[in-house]
Amino acid sequence: MTPKGNAPAWGFAPTRRQALQVAALSAFAAVLAPRLSFATEAQVADELKKLFGSKPMGEGKVKLDLPEIAENGLVVPINLDVDSPMTDADYVKSVHVFADGNPLPQVVSYHFTPASGRAAASARMRLAQTQNVIAVAEMSNGTLYTTKAQVKVTIGGCGG
Amino acid sequence: MAIKSAPRVRVPAQAKAGDIIEIKTLISHEMESGQRKDSAGKPVPRDIINTFTAAFNGKQFFQADWFPAVSANPYQSFFFKASESGEFTFTWKDDAGAEQKATAKLTVG
Repeated sequence: MTPKGNAPAWGFAPTRRQALQVAALSAFAAVLAPRLSFATEAQVADELKKLFGSKPMGEGKVKLDLPEIAENGLVVPINLDVDSPMTDADYVKSVHVFADGNPLPQVVSYHFTPASGRAAASARMRLAQTQNVIAVAEMSNGTLYTTKAQVKVTIGGCGG
Repeated sequence: MAIKSAPRVRVPAQAKAGDIIEIKTLISHEMESGQRKDSAGKPVPRDIINTFTAAFNGKQFFQADWFPAVSANPYQSFFFKASESGEFTFTWKDDAGAEQKATAKLTVG
């Protein structure tokens, strides 16, 4: 570090640190970007459009239980639970899970029936980087509910 | 790759009518995502189990469509509402069309 240029007064030090962090991060991103292409929020939105058109989605009913921080992106536990009586007249037809920072947006799709008793499932998934996981539940009457959660990934899965 | 390993399934042996029971399944499979490259830089072709189904007395009640984002050696747990005695059939199907099945008995009473 040279003392010349805009040498920060004590109070400006954090700003400078932030600027350096941003510079380091964007350099890191520039190195990664040409090598790997990841799904984006737009791709997830596209997949949802293919499945459901432009039907409105409500919040709630879907509970997505994910670790806040995943140390190993190759094995991230996912627990899903949708609030529903699961009777012949009112049950959860399907739940679709997407990840907006993986090479492919889809993760898993579940199809339930009233005989399932409870629209819940647990599995393990791969996450390539820190990203949002989105779950969309389709009820037997066609209404949609969604939720999302962010997972911070320390070591990414699905490596190139 | 055919599915070589025997799957593991955990189902309670007995339940009361109306009980909601949890079923846990596990199968060994690499779940090759199709995103990786080998040491020569060639892409490794995708090879995953893409469908898992669970049926009771021949009637399917649960299906999971798996994508490459599902971890190797896929674990799956889900629920079933017990009403009568019978047998579960679990089926795993891979990209090549190969199938692996497992069964489990449930006594309701």
